[in-house]
Amino acid sequence: MTTDTAQTNPPPAGPPPAQHDLASEFLDRSTPISRLRNLLHRYPALSPAIVLVVAIVIFGIISPRFFFVNNLSLITQQVAVVGTLAIAQTLVILTAGIDLSVGAIMVLASMVMAQTAARNGVPAPLALLLGLIVGLAAGGLNGVLVTRLKLPPFIVTLGTLNIFLAITLLHSNSASVVGTDIPGLITWTGTTFPVVGVGITYGVVLMLVLYIVMAFVMGRTAWGRHVYAVGDDKEAARLTGIRVNRVLLSVYVVAGAILAVGAWIQIGRADAASPNAGTDLNLDSITAVVIGGTSLFGGRGTLWGSLLGALIVGVFRNGLALAGLDVLYQTLAVGILVIVAVSLDQWIRKVRN
Amino acid sequence: MDQKGTKLTTTDSSRPASTLPYTQPVLKATGLVKTYGKVVGLDGVDIELYQGEVLAVIGDNGAGKSTLIKCLTGAEVPDGGEIWLNGRQMSFKRPQDAKQFGVETVYQGLAVSPALDIASNLYLGRELRKPGILGSVFRVLDSKLMRKNAKAELDRLGISTLQDVTVAIENLSGGQRQAVAVARAAAFGSKVVVLDEPTAALGVRETNQVLDLIRRLRDEGIPVILVSHNMPNVFDVADRIHIQRLGKRAATITPKSHNMTEAVAIMTGAASA
Repeated sequence: MTTDTAQTNPPPAGPPPAQHDLASEFLDRSTPISRLRNLLHRYPALSPAIVLVVAIVIFGIISPRFFFVNNLSLITQQVAVVGTLAIAQTLVILTAGIDLSVGAIMVLASMVMAQTAARNGVPAPLALLLGLIVGLAAGGLNGVLVTRLKLPPFIVTLGTLNIFLAITLLHSNSASVVGTDIPGLITWTGTTFPVVGVGITYGVVLMLVLYIVMAFVMGRTAWGRHVYAVGDDKEAARLTGIRVNRVLLSVYVVAGAILAVGAWIQIGRADAASPNAGTDLNLDSITAVVIGGTSLFGGRGTLWGSLLGALIVGVFRNGLALAGLDVLYQTLAVGILVIVAVSLDQWIRKVRN
Repeated sequence: MDQKGTKLTTTDSSRPASTLPYTQPVLKATGLVKTYGKVVGLDGVDIELYQGEVLAVIGDNGAGKSTLIKCLTGAEVPDGGEIWLNGRQMSFKRPQDAKQFGVETVYQGLAVSPALDIASNLYLGRELRKPGILGSVFRVLDSKLMRKNAKAELDRLGISTLQDVTVAIENLSGGQRQAVAVARAAAFGSKVVVLDEPTAALGVRETNQVLDLIRRLRDEGIPVILVSHNMPNVFDVADRIHIQRLGKRAATITPKSHNMTEAVAIMTGAASA
């Protein structure tokens, strides 16, 4: 093997050959707007990052209390659960699916953790493990239904959303478990430690660790690439030799495991486990993913975008509340945000074609 | 497996240089049957591919060309019939089964993933991992090596229009995408390369590049199956021509034995071979 990468035929003098004909032709007429668009297209997490920074600055100006350490601490805690669910949601959406049952799986896992430890006397580590197993099984059920029965993920998870909620209520007799009954290990995720004066919970740290690990997996392993390929074009992935069903099933199982970690974070955050917690978490997680620039058609998006999306929603809700606006306006703002984010995304994607 | 080498083979890389006398077919299928409900895609097709040849498959729309290709390469499992590769009977259940034995295919409509870059697409489904514990335990990809090899392979195949292997497929023109798909098949196909309409939607210059690539593969000893609607291309590059009609093999001819008009006549049923 002697062929080094030395070019066999050096290009003649003059401009280098166009690499992306259409795109570069288009961009050669580079108006500032088209250049901005190209930049945003190349770095999908850039636009949510800009929105986040702008939002933080504006809310900081409106209300000086926004930058109070207690408030910053509160925002991170509010984001921890949605942010973790958004990881699971991102994985599923990258495969061109959607998971409406993320909130239900999380609540089910949290009830299993809290209840087995508080009422059935199961040791705390084992209770956490049981919750993890429940999360894996619930995700696995979604995955089997999607891959074996070939049902659309929307339908599957709409069904399992209700099934998991019903199981949760049956299992818990619709009763919450209060924090004082739950062993310290399970509520540990709500414990804070100071980072330059801002109280950060271990739950927030856990969420960040999950992001780092999963971002690595998505970007640097074959599995991650196959997830993108399957979401991009399922048939092409199959013909390339990727075992599409195996990848899909594993995505739902991994999502289930992440949701179980989310359950742990939720118990710490609420200092309780309630079967009625997290009813809006499904939509909140989808909102975070979409604002973060991940395409609902699959194959495009990043985990970091979803984290930014979750932070944007958290900052908006918090900032509007500090500005003295009614909760209704927070909801209104989030709705507008979703539509603006997706419109912006469509506009950015016009770079190609 | 040698991951350091610049050639992209994952199976054995020994390509027989000598053109043996036509004795045993490299790829052979007998009595292939494939039905979709009541629709008969293949109605007992025989096909033989010999060392060092380009075998064209032509036929009218719905004659079963693509179905034949899919059955030969594991994308579809035939309902009946046998497939032999170098004298060994095969049963391909999935595309990767065929790939494992060195049969590479470019399917009609291009099986590439638009959001991934060129190097990732070349290695999709057979990624190289970093050496040592990083690769074996943490499954970390060796993106650098894959890019380097992809670049070297594109140069080797003479595909000069693709310079930057980190460009996403969606930013390429139709011809360039085609080149990536063909390059992937050519790079990994150690026994047989199958191309289903590889020149569809290509310009004249790009079509000629693909035809050159096909000839180069044949000269390296890799037999090629080429499905095409384009008669001039077929007669230009093929050594033998398999004519598919109504789910069956109507005839196998050569560009010397028949001319284009006669081939079309057999294809449409106006004449028999």
